[in-house]
Amino acid sequence: MQMSGEREIAADPGVVWAALLDKDVLKEAVPGCQEMTGSAEDGFEATVVQKVGPVKATFKGGVSVSDIVEGESLTLSGEGKGGPAGFAKGGAKVRLEPVEAGTKLIYDVEAKVGGKLAQLGSRIIDGFAKKMADQFFERFQVAVEGPPEDGGGEEPAEKKGWLKRLVKS
Amino acid sequence: MPKDHGIGASNKRREDVRFLTGRGKYTDDINLAGQAYVHFVRSDVAHGTINKIYTTAAAAADGVVGIFTGADFEGVGGLPCGWQVTDRHGNPMQEPPHPVLAQGKVRHVGDPIAAVVATSYEAARDAAALLDVDIAELPAVVDMKAAVADGATKVHDELESNLCYDWGFVEENRDAVDTAIKNAHHVTTLELVNNRLIPNAMEPRVAVGAYDPTNDESTLYTTSQNPHVIRLLMGAFVLGIPEHKLRVVAPDVGGGFGSKIFHYAEEAFCTFAAKQLKMPVKWTAQRSESFMTDAHGRDHVTKIELALDAEGHFQAIRTETYANMGAYLSTFAPSVPTWLHGTLMAGNYKTPLIYVNVKAVFTNTVPVDAYRGAGRPEATFQLERVIDVAAREMGIDPVELRRKNFVTEFPYATPVAVEYDTGDYNAVMDKALEIADVAGFDARAAASQAAGKWRGLGINTYIEACGIAPSALVGQLGARAGLYESATVRVNATGGLVVMTGSHSHGQGHETAFPQVIAEMIGIDESMVEVVHGDTANTPMGMGTYGSRSLAVGGSAMVRATEKIINKAKKIAAHLLEASADDIELKDGQFSVAGTDKSVAWGDVTLAAYVPHNYPLEDIEPGLEETAFYDPSNFTYPAGAYICEVEVDPDTGKVTIDRFSAADDFGNVVNPMIVEGQVHGGLAQGIGQALLENCAYDENGQILSASYMDYAMPRADDVPMFSVDHSCQTPCTHNPLGVKGCGEAGAIGSPPAVVNAVVDALQRNGRDVRHIDMPLSPSRVWSAMNG
Repeated sequence: MQMSGEREIAADPGVVWAALLDKDVLKEAVPGCQEMTGSAEDGFEATVVQKVGPVKATFKGGVSVSDIVEGESLTLSGEGKGGPAGFAKGGAKVRLEPVEAGTKLIYDVEAKVGGKLAQLGSRIIDGFAKKMADQFFERFQVAVEGPPEDGGGEEPAEKKGWLKRLVKS
Repeated sequence: MPKDHGIGASNKRREDVRFLTGRGKYTDDINLAGQAYVHFVRSDVAHGTINKIYTTAAAAADGVVGIFTGADFEGVGGLPCGWQVTDRHGNPMQEPPHPVLAQGKVRHVGDPIAAVVATSYEAARDAAALLDVDIAELPAVVDMKAAVADGATKVHDELESNLCYDWGFVEENRDAVDTAIKNAHHVTTLELVNNRLIPNAMEPRVAVGAYDPTNDESTLYTTSQNPHVIRLLMGAFVLGIPEHKLRVVAPDVGGGFGSKIFHYAEEAFCTFAAKQLKMPVKWTAQRSESFMTDAHGRDHVTKIELALDAEGHFQAIRTETYANMGAYLSTFAPSVPTWLHGTLMAGNYKTPLIYVNVKAVFTNTVPVDAYRGAGRPEATFQLERVIDVAAREMGIDPVELRRKNFVTEFPYATPVAVEYDTGDYNAVMDKALEIADVAGFDARAAASQAAGKWRGLGINTYIEACGIAPSALVGQLGARAGLYESATVRVNATGGLVVMTGSHSHGQGHETAFPQVIAEMIGIDESMVEVVHGDTANTPMGMGTYGSRSLAVGGSAMVRATEKIINKAKKIAAHLLEASADDIELKDGQFSVAGTDKSVAWGDVTLAAYVPHNYPLEDIEPGLEETAFYDPSNFTYPAGAYICEVEVDPDTGKVTIDRFSAADDFGNVVNPMIVEGQVHGGLAQGIGQALLENCAYDENGQILSASYMDYAMPRADDVPMFSVDHSCQTPCTHNPLGVKGCGEAGAIGSPPAVVNAVVDALQRNGRDVRHIDMPLSPSRVWSAMNG
C-alpha cells in the first residue's frame, strides 16, 4: 500500500538532513525500535517490537539509505523479519524543501507485509501502516525540534532535549 | 407409513452416539509411545529462491531430535498427480515436480521449507523460530490471465510457461459451435468468476507416522477420505514402500469435502521421518496452516455464450474458462476443470452443440483441487446464470425457458460424452415450485416492499455425474487409477455380520445406512451388522469416499458380496433341509423350501457354516465370507430444481435468504434422514460460497483471508429453514440399489439460485443489473444496485 504526506519542521534543512542520517534519531523515530546500529553509509541494523492486531513480534532487519541527493532527498528502505509472524518491508522517499518556518519534509511511503501478518492482519494493515508512518514522522519531528513548549509530548522532556542537542552538536 | 427398518427407514445415526458425546476417535487422539512432534517452517513469501537455510541454532535447541530440509528428500519421490489431461493439440499437460519439502524455490505462501522434529510441540515451535531461511523474493504471479501472458514470471522454471494445459472439449465440435453461434437468432454472453474457496473441515489435518524396525513396517495414521489411495500413492510414488509393508489408517475423520482426498506432504514427511528417527512422528495442523495448505476449491474465470433460436431453443454453448491450479498439481486437480466440468455443460438441457475450452494455469497460490461438487458446481453456475440472463433478454419466463429445453427422453447421450440413464426434470421442477410456494411469491414480495425490502426469486436446475466411476472410461480420460469399490462381508458363526468396506465415512453415516441395506436383503435386524472402514490392514483395496460415490459404488459392492453370501447360505440351507438350492427362499431371516413349511433360520445356517458337522463339504467350503469389487458401468445422474427467495436491503445491499427449497431426484433412498442432512450441509456450503466465502490474495501472493476473522463461513443464522424433498425418484438403471448419490447436490445446485434471486430482486426494483460475482457481500450488491 502507498501513502504520502508532508510536515513542517522548525529547523533548517541542514539539521533535518543530518537527523535523517543519524542512527540515534532514527532509533527514536522508528516506533517500537529497541536497537539501532550501523551508519548511513553501511546501512543500519534495527530491532523493532511491534504488535499488529493479534500478532506481536520482534522484527530484525536492515535499513538502507539510497538515492542520496545531498541535502535534498533520499530513500530509506527497510525490511524486518519477524520469524513466525512474517515480515514487513517498506520504503520512504523523503524530500526536503526550505520554507519560512524551517523545512518542509515531503514523503511517499510504500509498505508491504507477508506471512502471518498478512494472513491475520489484512483488515487492519492499511490503518496500521498509516499509523506507523505518521508516528515515524511525528517522532522524527519531535526528535529534531525538541519537546513542545507545553510538554505535551509522549516522551519525557529531558530525553527529547538530549536528542535535540545531539543532533545539533 | 414410513418404514422403521431396512431400506427407506430414517434410522438414527449410530455413529452420533460417540460423536455427540465426545468419544469419537480422531487422528489427533492417537498418541504413540515415545512420539516426537513436527513443526513445519513455511514460506511467508509467494515466490522466491532459497539461498540458504540456517539450522545450527535450531538444531541445538532443547528437545530437538531432527531437522529436515528439501536436501533430505532429494532421493525421495515427489507428490504424484493422479490424473493426466491431454490438451487440445494431443499433448500431455505440463506436470512439474512437487517435492515433499521445497527444493531450491518456494512457490506459494505456506510451502514447507523445513521440518523441525522435537520431543514436544512447544519445543518444535520454539526451535523453528530459531531457524533462519535466506530467501530472495521473486515476483509472484497471482492473476491467471497475467500468468499466461507473454513474459510472465514462471512458477516452475523448467516448464515452458504457466499454462498447465489448454483443453478443448469436444474439439471436433469447435467449428460447428462457432458457426452455430455466429448464425444464431440470439446469443447471451456472460463473464463470471467462480470464487476461490477454502474447505475448512472442522477437524484440521493430522498425520502420525510410525515405524517398526522388527518387521520393517511403516504405519501412517491420517485424516483421509481414502486410506488405500494414500497407501498406493505414498508407497509407490513417494517413499518406495511396498503395500504389504505400509499400513494407512484413517479413523474418525471430521469432515473432508474433498480436501482430504489428496496425498499431502505432511503425510509423507511423518512416515519418512518416523523411519529415519526410529520414533513415531506426529503433526497436527494449526488452523492457520489449514488455510494455506489444504487444497483450495473452485477459482474459475469463465466466459460463456449461449445461442438460442427465436423460440428460445438452445442451439449451442461455447465456454472459455481459466482454471487455477495453484503452484503445484494436487492429486486430482487436472480432472476437476475438465472431465468433472466439461462433461456437465449440457446440464438438464438438450443443447445439440457444445464446446468447452479450459486453460489450467499455474500461479503462486495454494494448490486447488476437488471441493464438494468439484467442477460440477462451476458448470452449473455458468449454465444456470446464462440461462437466467437469456430468459430476461428474450422476455421468456425463466421456468418456461428451462422446460422448453429439458431433456425428456432417456437414455440421453449429450454432446459432451456422457449418457444420462434416467431422470424427470419436469417432475423435480413441479415439485420445487410446489414446496417453494411460488404461487404465493407476489404476496410475499408485496409484504417485503411494505417493509422497505426488495424480494427476489431465483430458480435453477442442476445435474451432476456421481458414483464415480467406470474404470475403463476414466482410464481413457487420463485417470491413473481405477474407480471401483470393494466390500468384504464376513458372517460370524452366530449370525452377526461385519462389512469391511473400501469406502470411508467422514460424516456420511455409512455405519448406519450400510447395515440397513444388508438387513433388508437378509431380513435381519440392523443391529446384527457392523461396518468396518478406514484401515488398510482390515479392509479390501478400495478407492474411498468422494464424488457422491459411497452408496452407489461401495454400496453396490456390498450388495454383490451379500448376494454371494446369500447364494452360499442357500446351498447350506438346502443341505440342512434336504432340498434343492433352487427351491430355497430367504425371507425375514428364514430359509424355507418353496411351497412347504420346512425352514431353517439364518442363525442355523451360519452356525452350520462354521461348525460343519452336517455340511456338504464335498460341494462347498466351510465358512461364510465373501468379497466383491464393483466397477460401475456408467456414472449416476442425480438432478434437481432449487428455488431461493431473498430479501435485499436497498439501503445497505445486505442479502437475507428467506426461503430455500430443494427438490432432488436421488433415485432410491436408503435413509431419508441422512439424505436430508447431506442436502442441508451442501446447501449451507453453497450459500456460503454465494454470499460469504472468498479466498483473497494480494498482488504479491500473500493470502489475506487466512483466519476466521477474514474468511466468512456460513453460520446458522445465515441460512433459513430449508425445505427439502426427494420424493421424485427415477432409480438409477445400472446399479443394484437404484441409487444416485446425494452428498454434493446441495453445494452444486444452490449458488446459482441465490445469485438468480438477488439479480431478480434488483431487476424487479428497476435496477438493470445482469450479474454480480460471488460472494454477494453487501458492498458488492450495493455497488451493483447503485451503478
